Amino acid sequence: MKKDIILAGVGGQGILTIAATIGYAAVASNLYLKQAEVHGMSQRGGDVQSHFRLSDKPINSDLIPEGRADLIIAVEPMEALRYLPFLAPDGWLITNTTPFVNIPNYPDMEEVLAEIDKQPNRVALDADRIAKDLGAPKAANIVTLGAASKVLGMEMEALEKSLHTLFGSKGEKILNDNIAALRAGREFADKNI
Amino acid sequence: MEKLLLLGDEAIAQGALDAGISGIYAYPGTPSTEITEYVQRSKQAREAGVRSAWSANEKTAMEAAIGMSYAGKRAMVCQKHVGLNVAADAFMNSAVTGANGGLIFVSADDPSMHSSQNEQDSRYFGKFAMLPVLEPSNQQEAYDMCHYGYELSEKFGTPVLMRITTRLAHSRADVIRKETKNQNEAKLPQDLKQFVLLPAIARKRYKLLLDNQKNFEDASENSGFNKYIDAEDKKIGIITTGIAYNYLMENYTDGNVPHPVLKITQYPLPKKMVEKMAEEVEQIYIFEEGYPIVEEMLRGFLDKGVNVRGRLDGLLPRDGELNPNIVAKAMGKEITKGNPVPDIVKPRPPKLCDGCPHIFSYNALNEALAEHGDGRVMSDIGCYTLGALEPYNAINSCVDMGASVTMAKGAADAGMHPVVGVIGDSTFTHSGMTGLLDCINDKTPVTIMILDNETTGMTGGQKSSALGRLEQICLGLGVEKEHLHVINPVKKEHEANVELIKKELAYEGVSVIIPRRECLVTLTKSKRAAKKSK
Repeated sequence: MKKDIILAGVGGQGILTIAATIGYAAVASNLYLKQAEVHGMSQRGGDVQSHFRLSDKPINSDLIPEGRADLIIAVEPMEALRYLPFLAPDGWLITNTTPFVNIPNYPDMEEVLAEIDKQPNRVALDADRIAKDLGAPKAANIVTLGAASKVLGMEMEALEKSLHTLFGSKGEKILNDNIAALRAGREFADKNI
Repeated sequence: MEKLLLLGDEAIAQGALDAGISGIYAYPGTPSTEITEYVQRSKQAREAGVRSAWSANEKTAMEAAIGMSYAGKRAMVCQKHVGLNVAADAFMNSAVTGANGGLIFVSADDPSMHSSQNEQDSRYFGKFAMLPVLEPSNQQEAYDMCHYGYELSEKFGTPVLMRITTRLAHSRADVIRKETKNQNEAKLPQDLKQFVLLPAIARKRYKLLLDNQKNFEDASENSGFNKYIDAEDKKIGIITTGIAYNYLMENYTDGNVPHPVLKITQYPLPKKMVEKMAEEVEQIYIFEEGYPIVEEMLRGFLDKGVNVRGRLDGLLPRDGELNPNIVAKAMGKEITKGNPVPDIVKPRPPKLCDGCPHIFSYNALNEALAEHGDGRVMSDIGCYTLGALEPYNAINSCVDMGASVTMAKGAADAGMHPVVGVIGDSTFTHSGMTGLLDCINDKTPVTIMILDNETTGMTGGQKSSALGRLEQICLGLGVEKEHLHVINPVKKEHEANVELIKKELAYEGVSVIIPRRECLVTLTKSKRAAKKSK
């Protein structure tokens, strides 16, 4: 088993929470894991990415080679496209479609969605709207993870257990919101893959 | 033993704690910050009484650690690569004094300059000071090398430099812990003059350092961290340093490289291992994360000996960090690549947060300076360096910690008026205070703005040494009371702030203006924490 994942978004959108959720599940399954993060200046509203590698064998590089990623999980649609050089020909692009517009020259949304549609294996969902409808507007990142869970090859049970570890101490509402978000994302993927 | 999932930085922190350090000293700097933060959060550290508060700068940090070593206890210093420049005086001389209690200096390099002004390679500093250097290739080695490093340090009475790079610092992996050691008992150096570098003593100590080189080389040959992995195909031999080893292995199934590989993670270079490779192979490829220091050494000035390839002959790029694809290309392997980035994708540079106090400071400063024209603002290192970008275009320099104050002084000395120095609160106590004293002693016509967001913002909100002390420090240095002002950087004070700045720009002496409002990131964090504790 090997899964190489690029997590993408804008600083503050919660990609490290996605990473932690998968990470706890991976450790519980006795998988090897390497996860390269971005800290420092670029966190201030800039583009951020994390290379996340899972395997049942020891992992060498902290970075994923170009053209080898099994998945891109993006919390922002233009950021999903930034990492296409890493995606394997049969890899999956899972992305939120709500743009995070903090630059004056953000491209036309139709063009962004058209580029996403060009990908043979893709799941594009409005995770922000789904999260809002659930009454959990901050959980768009976990909705996106839910949509990726099907391709990720991880049991929902294991991911939900991770959410308990991460959010258990933050009160019942936050925990339940995130579990609902994960399930809603998964439901979308089940209907659309 | 217990298995933990740790960043490279955290593995070093846990390794140092388990090796029995009594103190860690540091000033925040990406990518080294998380080492000290881990110790500050650690229950184990609290229970063992390990001191870990932030120092004013890297030099004070290193000197305090040398003092702890003098007293017989184990200490660690952490800094980013350019932080080692700040501590260089202490660093170079500590090689001559040697250590009593174990002493490790960690320097985190940032090739590709993700969060830095340059990509200098700290291994040159190790060679310059003639100290042993450890360069772990993964998180487990980073942990293990802390245990080994303190033993090495105490065995030969020497400080040890540990060099890491961004990808190891900020990547997480499994780490298996070893047994925890107790802290050392306090114990004076055997020779009470060891640390007195008067010329007569320094000359003796320096000879000891030279004599110790043989021991350091033997350690590199025999510690087991440097590995010679033989293989059949001797047309090429490969030397990797640090994490470059992983990028090589990534390109071969189950790590079966057909060529001999020399994995270097400890310096000075193990001469016998390098000689063996030079004798057995036709060509040596050198993969280094950083400057081509090993490559330069093997080539020598005339470059007429061993057939070497690497960063200097274009086998690899001359600058920037390595990755699996760069190494694949060098090895003549097939390169994989996904689809190109569509043209519509635009860069998304970092920027000041909405509502950040710096925005209002820059808006006021820009308006006050408008009548004088562009090019009059020297600045410094922190979030406020982003003021160089659109839409502010507010600053004209960012060189090193504290240089805003002194460069403004130099420009004023050259006849420019008005000139402004813009510096953050934490950067000011790091290295701005002495420059301000120069301005005062010279009565230089400069306006210094200390942007006080009451934290060390860019590295994630560490406690600033300046907190609650700025006015006292400025007055103590000799700033005149009527030219020291604290203002509130908010929209509704804009007009008043512009007027005040204009007035001080006209003054023919030293003015200090302190726009003070807490960083929004730390404010949100502390509000959340307060809510939680209710």
